[in-house]
Amino acid sequence: MGNKRKASHIASDGVSTDEAFQPLLKEVYKGKKLTDKINTAEDKWNLLPAFLKVKGLVKQHLDSFNYFVDTDLKKIIKANELVLSDVDPEFYLKYLDIRVGCKSSTSTAKGLSKEVNLVPHDCRLRDLTYSAPIYVDVEYTRGRKIIVHRDLEIGRMPIMLRSNKCLLDGIDDKKMAKYDECPLDPGGYFIVNGTEKVILVQEQLSKNRIIVEADEKKGIVQASVTSSTHERKSKTYVITKNDKIYLKHNSISEDVPIVIILKAAGITSDLEILQLVCGNDPNYQDLFAINFEEAAKLEIFTQQQALHYVGKRVKTIRRAGAPKLSQLQEGIEAIATTIIAHITVSDLQFREKALYIAMMTRRVLMTMENPKMVDDRDYVGNKRLELAGQLMSLLFEDLFKKFNSDFKANIDKILKKPSRASEFDALLSINIHSNNITMGMNRAISTGNWSLKRFKMERAGVTHVLSRLSYISALGMMTRISSQFEKSRKVSGPRALQPSQFGMLCTSDTPEGEACGLVKNLALMTHITTDDEEEPIKRLCFILGCEDILEVDSASLHAKGNYGIYLNGTLIGTTRFPAKFVGDFRNLRRTGKISAFISIYTNSHQSAVHIATDGGRICRPLIIVDKNNVSKVKAKHLLKLQRDEWAFDDFLKHGLVEYLDVNEENDSLIAIYERDLSDSTKSNITHLEVEPFTVLGAVAGLIPYPHHNQSPRNTYQCAMGKQAIGAIGYNQFRRIDTLLYLMVYPQQPMVKTKTIELIDYDKLPAGQNATVAVMSYSGYDIEDALVLNKASVDRGFGRCQVLRKNTITLKRYPNHTKDILSGMRVDENNEPIPPHSSLGPDGLGEVGMKLENGQVYVNKCVPTNAGETVLNGPGANEQPAESHRETPAYYKGPEPSYVDQVMMSVSDNDQALIKVLLRQTRRPELGDKFSSRHGQKGVCGIIVQQEDLPFNDDGISPDIIMNPHGFPSRMTVGKMIELISGKAGVLNGTLEYGTCFGGSDLQDMSEILVQNGFNYSGKDMLYSGITGECLQAYIFFGPIYYQKLKHMVLDKMHARARGPRAVLTRQPTEGRSRDGGLRLGEMERDCVIAYGASQLLLERLMLSSDAFEVDVCNKCGLMGHNNWCTSCNSSEHVIKMTIPYAAKLLFQELISMNIAPRLRLGDVF
Amino acid sequence: MADNNIVGIEYNRVTNTTSTDFPGHSSNEDQSWDIEKIKNSLEVKISKLDERESNFDLVHIDTSIANALRRIMISEVPSVAAETIYVFNNTSVIQDEVLAHRIGLIPLKADPDLLTWVDTAQDEKSKYTDENTIVLTLDVTCTHNPNAPKGSTNPKELYRNSHVYAKDLKFEPQGKQVELFKGNPVTAADPNILIAKLRPGQEISLRAHCILGVGSDHAKFSPVATASYRLMPVIDIKQPISGEQAKRFQRCFPPGVVDIDSKGEAYVKDARRDTVSREVLRHEEFDGKVKLGRKRDHFIFNIESTGGMPPEEIFIKSIRLLKSKADYLRNCPIGQ
Repeated sequence: MGNKRKASHIASDGVSTDEAFQPLLKEVYKGKKLTDKINTAEDKWNLLPAFLKVKGLVKQHLDSFNYFVDTDLKKIIKANELVLSDVDPEFYLKYLDIRVGCKSSTSTAKGLSKEVNLVPHDCRLRDLTYSAPIYVDVEYTRGRKIIVHRDLEIGRMPIMLRSNKCLLDGIDDKKMAKYDECPLDPGGYFIVNGTEKVILVQEQLSKNRIIVEADEKKGIVQASVTSSTHERKSKTYVITKNDKIYLKHNSISEDVPIVIILKAAGITSDLEILQLVCGNDPNYQDLFAINFEEAAKLEIFTQQQALHYVGKRVKTIRRAGAPKLSQLQEGIEAIATTIIAHITVSDLQFREKALYIAMMTRRVLMTMENPKMVDDRDYVGNKRLELAGQLMSLLFEDLFKKFNSDFKANIDKILKKPSRASEFDALLSINIHSNNITMGMNRAISTGNWSLKRFKMERAGVTHVLSRLSYISALGMMTRISSQFEKSRKVSGPRALQPSQFGMLCTSDTPEGEACGLVKNLALMTHITTDDEEEPIKRLCFILGCEDILEVDSASLHAKGNYGIYLNGTLIGTTRFPAKFVGDFRNLRRTGKISAFISIYTNSHQSAVHIATDGGRICRPLIIVDKNNVSKVKAKHLLKLQRDEWAFDDFLKHGLVEYLDVNEENDSLIAIYERDLSDSTKSNITHLEVEPFTVLGAVAGLIPYPHHNQSPRNTYQCAMGKQAIGAIGYNQFRRIDTLLYLMVYPQQPMVKTKTIELIDYDKLPAGQNATVAVMSYSGYDIEDALVLNKASVDRGFGRCQVLRKNTITLKRYPNHTKDILSGMRVDENNEPIPPHSSLGPDGLGEVGMKLENGQVYVNKCVPTNAGETVLNGPGANEQPAESHRETPAYYKGPEPSYVDQVMMSVSDNDQALIKVLLRQTRRPELGDKFSSRHGQKGVCGIIVQQEDLPFNDDGISPDIIMNPHGFPSRMTVGKMIELISGKAGVLNGTLEYGTCFGGSDLQDMSEILVQNGFNYSGKDMLYSGITGECLQAYIFFGPIYYQKLKHMVLDKMHARARGPRAVLTRQPTEGRSRDGGLRLGEMERDCVIAYGASQLLLERLMLSSDAFEVDVCNKCGLMGHNNWCTSCNSSEHVIKMTIPYAAKLLFQELISMNIAPRLRLGDVF
Repeated sequence: MADNNIVGIEYNRVTNTTSTDFPGHSSNEDQSWDIEKIKNSLEVKISKLDERESNFDLVHIDTSIANALRRIMISEVPSVAAETIYVFNNTSVIQDEVLAHRIGLIPLKADPDLLTWVDTAQDEKSKYTDENTIVLTLDVTCTHNPNAPKGSTNPKELYRNSHVYAKDLKFEPQGKQVELFKGNPVTAADPNILIAKLRPGQEISLRAHCILGVGSDHAKFSPVATASYRLMPVIDIKQPISGEQAKRFQRCFPPGVVDIDSKGEAYVKDARRDTVSREVLRHEEFDGKVKLGRKRDHFIFNIESTGGMPPEEIFIKSIRLLKSKADYLRNCPIGQ
């Protein structure tokens, strides 16, 4: 440890420090010299950067989108390839191929040319959509001829940034700079109408898998399966009712006894049913026997009878025009297509489906016998993650179907016409709807409403605007997973931390409050699978000695030692040698013969071997350990990695590392440290963790020494790290965002973590290393308030910039008039009038000019006759006399801003678009919020002159004084260790590490302190700045990384004496943005009442609010006006009185509803 | 007297920190005020003095005076810094405010005695005169270097004026300043402070008005990087420490503090070099064998000048200021 530390050093300042690749040139790279000895136990973590190099943090989004564009689109086209006409039987149109972003000629030859509309950054600036054309190749009939048309554009597809269709894919940093793009930006989002939109990862219960649940109170056991195909989604249940088992399905009006369903599915023999469901187990047989009774009572013995029974109870929703089916046909239809729809039935071969139902029944029986056999819904292995690609694919298929049906309707209309002048070309009518797909995609992504007609699915809030508050918030958003669970429900199960989350989902990063535990984040080293072909795997299974289920004798299905082999939840065969089968299968996977993401595991309780090829499973790489408990990754392999001879994929290829999903992980024994391998008590270790700190995600990875903190503190930091002001990207000054916070002098933390380096937080940091003294000072530090050093603030500590966008469009009106900009107005001395002093001659704010409250930054003028129609009178062509009214954009704010950028562009519909970016530079002030990286937030309570602050022997005074009361209840020991490590780093000239479950050792750090003449505990003797005497206690003193959070007093301060009132109630408006009043609420009112201050009450609630003088007729009790009662037609009893306007309004509204509220007035005193 | 004047450094606390009401006197002696006594006992030992830094001992003086001097040096000795920046053109990536802030923080080598105070009550146009304002200009334009070596990626070679330094600030003497500053033109104290980085086509053109100010208004006016003192460490070996233990004892202090004599016994060679890390108190073996302390009236001052004026001048000015404060108080009507 010692010599390594000495060897590393920070690069001295100079020319080369500004280059991003600088660390690569240093002799020491990431704390390791190239010549250093390789220690597998320590250096295996290098696999992690290698993994991230290949995969990246948002690879799941990119993979999913790439899969959608390259594979899924073709499947969709294949499934909907033919468009036929009802009118002309000769006509057909067939889709041959589909491509996004490239034409057929270019796709094959160069393979790399990408066709997108614009550079992504231009789309952001100009409020456009970053998209690429969708080309299809079609074959269709024109008259007698068959014509093939290539590269027909049917719409435009929004392109995910950095996907393989994106311009930014695989380009170097230089090219990125040319495109105004930040090379550290993760991508994985879309740009739709200029806003960056993320499709969050959606967590769902896995599809097409049996889930068994039990309600112990009601004694109900149910096995359910959600079948999902391209066509439909439906859920089938096998449930118990009074110890009898039934099948339940939404389209069957009543629950069908299970025996009847099995008979309908072709298992007519009671013996065979018993064999399939119970096997030889007498317990199961006893439990199940009762079910035969019901079928016998109903006298259903044959398949036909059973089908009749089922068919009678099917709820039929037939489309008009479809032929009516007989009961028998209905029954066949139900069994074949509706029940357990994901198993396709061909040629009325129901056996597979029957077996599936039998298996469900068996699972129910098992649970009835042993309630522990239920499945856990919250188990991560039973979850699937739905990514952008899947959602886009659902959407596209829907739109494509709509497109085709519209197209069909169109050609039918034309073909119906008996005589046509020219030969009909179908392509002419295809283009009419081409906007539908484009618009549909754009609308869905920009609003987040996913409405799919096929599944009658209506999902809102699927997409979110990418938060660009800080680099971390953007990154955090890309790894976020949202759950489908309802937030309001008070169940703890789905929110709880699942042991199976280990290494897959971050254990710390979840919001507080209502979404707690429902919104999760991916851990650092996770991969989400995409769909793999099932068919080849099925064939492989048979080759490996699996007996085809259709061939297996019913009697021996559940024989002891016979294991069923399930492919994606469906029984495909059995084997008597599960261990060998699984071993062989894994060997094939490790040698790269089959996809690395296919998982296989044994479930001995169910005597089953499960193979999963479906998409959406979370998995992570682990080092394989061989039978002798030796890690397969050896020093020589790591050396190859270090020399860049090997990439991560080589480790996969050579079978040293493999991906395990949650289920397979459950089937293995994973050692966390290499030293655990030599533990003789654990002889059956199968895998070795790459690095334990990968249990945390990217956001939690910023915390130094998180393993020393109380766990909620880490969670708090995860929420706060996203609010920290810092650098956003290398292109941050080129961006024009609605609101952008930037720190003027961000620093990388003194105490880093390996995660920080991996996610490049050290290049885009959000915070500064502040010298902190943990002591009480001045009393303005209670309740976590911080004391700031004025000199530090003067020198730039915590200084930040706020950039705000203002958009102005110059409209065109139907009568050919349009908005214009007019120049500044000048006074008699030819000086611009004060509100126009920041304008240029063009009527736009000049870049760099100061804008005070009330000054104009865009002098827009609207034509006065914009509403008039064009065809006005005889002179329609005559231009209406142009006269304009000024409607300038005023700057509003308590503090002045400066014009940072002015952009002029033209939007989609030819209107001029002006964006003005206004900038404020703020120094910290009283009430600004700061936080360390340990969930310890505090506001600035006082800013103290430097000479008043304590100082140490070297004359160093703190930047921040923090009250020690922040520690005992928070138990953020990590913060203390950060201070010591940071101090040691400062003294030693190194950056120290606070990586989770690792990092610089506290003992070593203390040693460095002592070597440099400081106390080992980090506590220094300080002198009071005020008296000059020594302080009586030693003060914990050193650097801690502090973040400035976006909550600043300037944005929140608000006061009002008088101001605007709401129109309807004449009460003061609400909210700071409307210069609203401060409400004296119900509870405050209660206090005033209790105190008896009736005059105060009157003043607050009426006089200062909405007092209104009304004329009340004391005779009829109604309100009149002008000293006249309209209902009594007299002024005799009219009395003037003051009531709240809202009360008057209420009376009038009641009157309008034929209720007469009558006021009876009398003297109080 | 001896013990009473030592601040005790214990394992987990500092004792005897406050001085008596009668500084320099212990309870059993004459506490009357005697200027002669102070004159005789006051010692100043200068151990280091150069253009930027000075280190000296101030012995037999009360904490309040030493601290007052320290405080005045930080916040009340006037110096010159840029206060108002007029930006004519700035096409660099650095925003005007940030640029102005950076220029403000550059320490200037300008004699503050040659300037008068700016009257803040006056309006902007008449506020700055040649008596109270120094004008600096910065005009740089970055261009391509036609003679750049091929294949170079170093911006300093590729472009001209790619880095703007403090030395690029040009002094523009106004009116009688031409005469006044003839011998010592105003420059940045550190010429190589990086102000901004430019790329071809970018330009900075601005004018800075530098005025007199004090550190309590803004840290940029503080003439010192830091001015502070520490108390003289005292290491009192109560029992002889010898042999291996002496070596271990030696290691508890920075090199040169403790030495071992010919008998193998540890003795304090130079307590002044001790950083008072209290390492020795951590080890049980030295329990009771050593007592740490610091002399309450022995201040080891360290003044680091920002470069605007030499440290001795800052210190003398601080004394002058303290004196004038005392005078003011003495003449203050309330005091009489």
